[in-house]
Amino acid sequence: MNLINWFRYASPQSFYPLAGRMIPLFWILALLFGAAGLWVSFFVAPTDAQQGEGYRIIFVHVPASWMSMVIYLAMAFWAGLGLALNTRLSSMMAQALAPTGALMAALSLITGAFWGKPMWGTWWVWDARLTSELILFFLYVGFMALQSAIDDPRRADKAGAVLALIGVVNVPIIYFSVTWWNTLHQGSSINLTRAPSMAQTMLLGMLLMALAFWMYSIAVSLLRLRAIMLERERHSEWVKHALE
Amino acid sequence: MGGYALYVWGSFGACALLLVMEPLLVKQRLSAVRRLLRRERLAESLDKNYP
Repeated sequence: MNLINWFRYASPQSFYPLAGRMIPLFWILALLFGAAGLWVSFFVAPTDAQQGEGYRIIFVHVPASWMSMVIYLAMAFWAGLGLALNTRLSSMMAQALAPTGALMAALSLITGAFWGKPMWGTWWVWDARLTSELILFFLYVGFMALQSAIDDPRRADKAGAVLALIGVVNVPIIYFSVTWWNTLHQGSSINLTRAPSMAQTMLLGMLLMALAFWMYSIAVSLLRLRAIMLERERHSEWVKHALE
Repeated sequence: MGGYALYVWGSFGACALLLVMEPLLVKQRLSAVRRLLRRERLAESLDKNYP
């Protein structure tokens, strides 16, 4: 027997209060993981033998890059579900994820430039990894621009979903770019098939920061989702009760 | 920071700045729509009670 009816939460009116209860929990988790992650990043993880203290940038660069890709996949998934099943909450979810994904892609590019300057001697190169991440940023911006350019929200959802789904092809390109092409960007230090090529404490710091970025992304997307739900359903009966 | 201070603090600073700004802007958006909806309801009830 199903104890929780998950489909109940597929409607904005029942998800709105649930999201409101979940947001503080994710903020607390983000702060806890963030505090622990920063402590490990600066006080526990040792200085790198080759890159000195400069390598500490990875503690924000890697989580931001991971999130930029994960959020894109989640956004395309919800947009695709909205397109296939015509569920309005799924499309709102995709819309709520896009700005946070764009922010993560921007942070990945900014922190990457701060890493590139001292290590490679340049802020930017047109290398496969960097270029595909820049394309990811443009895909997010394109998704948001396309949605806001179409007045009818349901049509905007459909057009956005097609763009988001086509753009998914870019995610494996980013991920495998360092193995498919000869890039200036280094290969991945963490891999599913072999042991990570870094000290345990460095890995711990990176994973704690990644968890903090995850929790942050969920919290801020749910917050934005609540705003979108109210904006788009403002003429429905449940919104009137939700504000009481 | 062994000569990397600008780059390390630049990265962490950019993250801190944007990750603080985003929730504030989203909160502002949420309270703006709530305010608008409350005003609409007030206007509706005024229309009903004092036609």
